[in-house]
Amino acid sequence: MKPSTLVVLRWELRKLVSQKRTYLGFALAVALPVIFVIVEGLRHRHDRGGDSIFASEITQSGLATPVLMLLFLSAFMLPLIASLVAGDIVANEDGNGTLKTILTRSVDRGQVFAAKAIAAMIYATIAVFLSAAVATAAGVASWGFHSIRTLSGTVVLAPKGLLLVFAANLTYLIPLLTVVAIGVLLSTATRNSAAAVVGTIGLVIMLYIVSTIPGLEGIHPYLLTQQFQAWQGLMRTPTDWAPITHSAWVCALYAGPSLLAAYLVFLRRDVAGG
Amino acid sequence: MGAEEAPPVKARGLVKRYDEVLAVDHIDLNVRAGDVYGFLGPNGAGKTTTLRMALGLITPTEGVVELFGRDPMRHGARALEGVAGFVEAPRFYPYMSARKNLELLAALDGRDAKQLIGEVLDTVELTPRAAHRVGGFSHGMRQRLGIAAALLRRPRLLILDEPATGLDPAGMRDMRLLIRRLADDGITVLLSSHQLPEVQELCDRVAIVQTGRVVYEGALADLRRQGGASYRLATTDDARALELARAQSGVEHASIGEHGLTFEAQESDVGRLSLALGQAGVAILALTPELATLEDLFFRLTEGDPLALAA
Repeated sequence: MKPSTLVVLRWELRKLVSQKRTYLGFALAVALPVIFVIVEGLRHRHDRGGDSIFASEITQSGLATPVLMLLFLSAFMLPLIASLVAGDIVANEDGNGTLKTILTRSVDRGQVFAAKAIAAMIYATIAVFLSAAVATAAGVASWGFHSIRTLSGTVVLAPKGLLLVFAANLTYLIPLLTVVAIGVLLSTATRNSAAAVVGTIGLVIMLYIVSTIPGLEGIHPYLLTQQFQAWQGLMRTPTDWAPITHSAWVCALYAGPSLLAAYLVFLRRDVAGG
Repeated sequence: MGAEEAPPVKARGLVKRYDEVLAVDHIDLNVRAGDVYGFLGPNGAGKTTTLRMALGLITPTEGVVELFGRDPMRHGARALEGVAGFVEAPRFYPYMSARKNLELLAALDGRDAKQLIGEVLDTVELTPRAAHRVGGFSHGMRQRLGIAAALLRRPRLLILDEPATGLDPAGMRDMRLLIRRLADDGITVLLSSHQLPEVQELCDRVAIVQTGRVVYEGALADLRRQGGASYRLATTDDARALELARAQSGVEHASIGEHGLTFEAQESDVGRLSLALGQAGVAILALTPELATLEDLFFRLTEGDPLALAA
């Protein structure tokens, strides 16, 4: 009897829960906001103000903390955390030989692939919201649940500010899940966890470098790394949807082919490892 | 032919090429229901590659292999219904317990097999270690867990690749007994092995592969007969018997040793020799056939000239 893909997904998640590596990413996602709040708390005793509007607002409302953390972590740390699992999720099983173990049961390859890709995406999603939740809790505990000033200078009430924090993180998932899709492709194609993790994060770094090369300004709007800041459109009044919709289709252009290629490679590959 | 009536394994013209390397070269296999089928060959002969193709893990370059009439390349996981086993060493998640690993595999078979898990752990005598992480298991325990994982599927065909490799003598004996027990329960077994005495003891049919090609497939007893049996002969006049044996066509390597006369011949030639001895007034006291061992035949087929054997 063939199990549903949901059953396969549940076991993929259980495998993630059973591995120490899973908690390394979560630890980073939790530790950084806590460290930030402690350091900012100490710093603001001596020196008020900062570079961005949120930095100057940091002690005015605890809700500025998750926004500032998203600004910092979205560029590199969260893609790194996401690629830790995405780059490993197929290659690790290939290297350990467990891929052949599960592919000789009653599940189709497509089900296994779907479960793995979705599990990696769930992991990235949890990392983002875990980081946001800790940053919000730490920020509110330190500086209170007060109204917050948006990028356009409008002050919004705390409940709406909280909603914006949630929506910003949700929007950030668009490019982050694209990073996951690329990680899964490299994991499937290289059959090597280290190569896939390094390759994924290396691609992100490369795109940042490309964005600094003079004369290539024309391609900036289409670089994946540019989409990491699209959520900031939500932090304006009225909401600027343009960067968000742009991010959505640009990311689809990266993620769609990556997932399709990964799926086809997974479906047709010879499983000879382990 | 319906899937139920189809043979457990039927391979036709199976080829696997890796760039310039021809790993499997037009292999045909016929495993019948109830067989304990030995799949033999030296390292690199293409055994594991063939088994991987049978389980749908790798795609044949040419040819087709069917399990109970279903091609894994066309039917996917459905082709593995009633089939279980492992190629090379069985692999598990080292960070999970034996029981948790089996629960995972049972879930991937679409069943809640809690009770069955207890049964198969008992069968392979791993119940006391069920809650321990597989990462700490010895090689032999992993091999047994591999069998347990296969039995979870209630297979009609069990494909085992070198199940006794790396086991100590007691482990090998236990594995042999386990396979025998499973075969007695009606499970067809396709057993790839380097342990020739084990195959000789367990298997009724064999295929021997050499550099990707099948050099023999059929009943083990036929192979041993074809191999040309040697005979031990005791007579009332061994010197005269030796003279007659040497004169008899089809009788080879006749000589007198400590325990009488020995020679090699086909059955029909032995009949003619016994008549000749009778006509010459030499009485036969004992005539004992000594069939070639599988090991002798294996080396003759894989290191010598296979055609010589067929002839």
